[in-house]
Amino acid sequence: MAETTWSVDRSTAVATGTDAPRHAALVRVTHWLTTVCFFALLVSGLEIVVSHPRFYWGETGNVLTPALFSFPIPSSRATVPTGYGYVLPDQNGWSRYLHFEAAWVLVLTGVLYVIWGVLSGHFRKDLLPDASDRPVQAFSRALARHLRFARPVAADAWSYNLVQRLAYILVIFVLFPLVIWTGLAMSPAFVSAVPSTVTILGGRQSARTLHFLVSVSLVAFLLVHVAMVWFAGFGTRVMAMITGTPAPTRGPE
Amino acid sequence: MSAISRRKMITRGLAAAAGLSGLAVAERIADRYGLVPPDHGGIYGPGETLTYAAQRLLTRHSLAREFSRSQISNPPFAIETAPPSDHFKRLQADRFKDWRLAIEGLVVQPASLSLDDVKRFPVRRQITEIACEEGWSYVAEWVGTPLVDVLRAAGIMPQARYVVYFSIEASWWESVDMADALHPQTLLAYAMNGADLPVAFGGPLRLRVPRQLGYKSVKYINRLAVTDSLERFGKGLGSASPEGGYAWYAGI
Repeated sequence: MAETTWSVDRSTAVATGTDAPRHAALVRVTHWLTTVCFFALLVSGLEIVVSHPRFYWGETGNVLTPALFSFPIPSSRATVPTGYGYVLPDQNGWSRYLHFEAAWVLVLTGVLYVIWGVLSGHFRKDLLPDASDRPVQAFSRALARHLRFARPVAADAWSYNLVQRLAYILVIFVLFPLVIWTGLAMSPAFVSAVPSTVTILGGRQSARTLHFLVSVSLVAFLLVHVAMVWFAGFGTRVMAMITGTPAPTRGPE
Repeated sequence: MSAISRRKMITRGLAAAAGLSGLAVAERIADRYGLVPPDHGGIYGPGETLTYAAQRLLTRHSLAREFSRSQISNPPFAIETAPPSDHFKRLQADRFKDWRLAIEGLVVQPASLSLDDVKRFPVRRQITEIACEEGWSYVAEWVGTPLVDVLRAAGIMPQARYVVYFSIEASWWESVDMADALHPQTLLAYAMNGADLPVAFGGPLRLRVPRQLGYKSVKYINRLAVTDSLERFGKGLGSASPEGGYAWYAGI
């Protein structure tokens, strides 16, 4: 019964959606800018981790203090006791330059996207779950569909389902702000101006560890995101994010 | 049709021209207010300039966090440096009696100070954190002379924009802008955690710049040069760091 209501809801979305592009131009552009920046940040961030693959909690941490966790990988610094008989080449110079440049593009892109998302109603229409989807039962039903890998209904090509909406809200409004905050908390100059940025997190090393863990969460999201796009039809969905139109068929078949 | 596209082209051309001249004006203004770092060229230049400009506007007078005595790291961690030169070892054998700190460039009275001369200036003790760009950190108490006091005594000329500082070890030099050079927490540190500054930590004299990462706190300082331009030093990128691929500004 409830399932029927849900389908009806979605087909209305299909009917109204056919005139406008599946994704607005601003969403498409900011999506791919974010993608490029994310990969630049990921690669350069991993290079920086390689220079000290140990993580700590609290204010301070170094090779003389116990690690919260560490990775059994070779390091690009001889001072880190890794157990390997060799030291990797130092990549931190360009990695740090690239990390911060990509972070600037990502933040500016994000600011543009959020302002537009509020003004255009994108967040309200496309990301905020429909009122009918907000009860817990609706959520568990949608999640079950997701976990069963049920074939997406045609309506899904024109609108986000509930699990997608919640995942995107989590990434846009929780994980990205957190990763920026924890990154800034590691800047000695920034925290001299705004000390609470780091003290709330429990210290510099806590901020660094959280920065790493939030990044891991973002990578986990990326993997699921790409897997879901693959499952739903990779070419169609990627084309929709490039050109705005899901090809070759439109709406319900 | 062609009229529309011509009009479109003209508008776009004008917009592009306005954008470019806007950028040029922005760069002029930024340079005038000291918001452009010396390593602003190349593909990473825009990001580096944004970081430096934003942080300078935000942190010109802010103070680095200071800690309580109970938060001092025990033991602190000394990162390895290259083995000292014979020149350094000879000075060390003599307990640095002949160590000299030269102050030159845009000052009224160039000077050459012994360690005792440096210690006669007002003393500042501060418990701050030193963080390496690699990720590790420790907290220690540093004792020294604020750089600003030594510079003021020599008489800073009004056109001064940077202070370049050199280690006794070859090819190890850095520079900071006047905001950091005149900052009360920028210390010519000669003691740490209640004893003379150990050689492993930069003794006899290290410049502590606590609002920037560890690599700006150069060890074994023996020369300071006040300047209006960094172009004459090394490759003109501001310090040895950009020549080795690292950013000149290390506030993040």
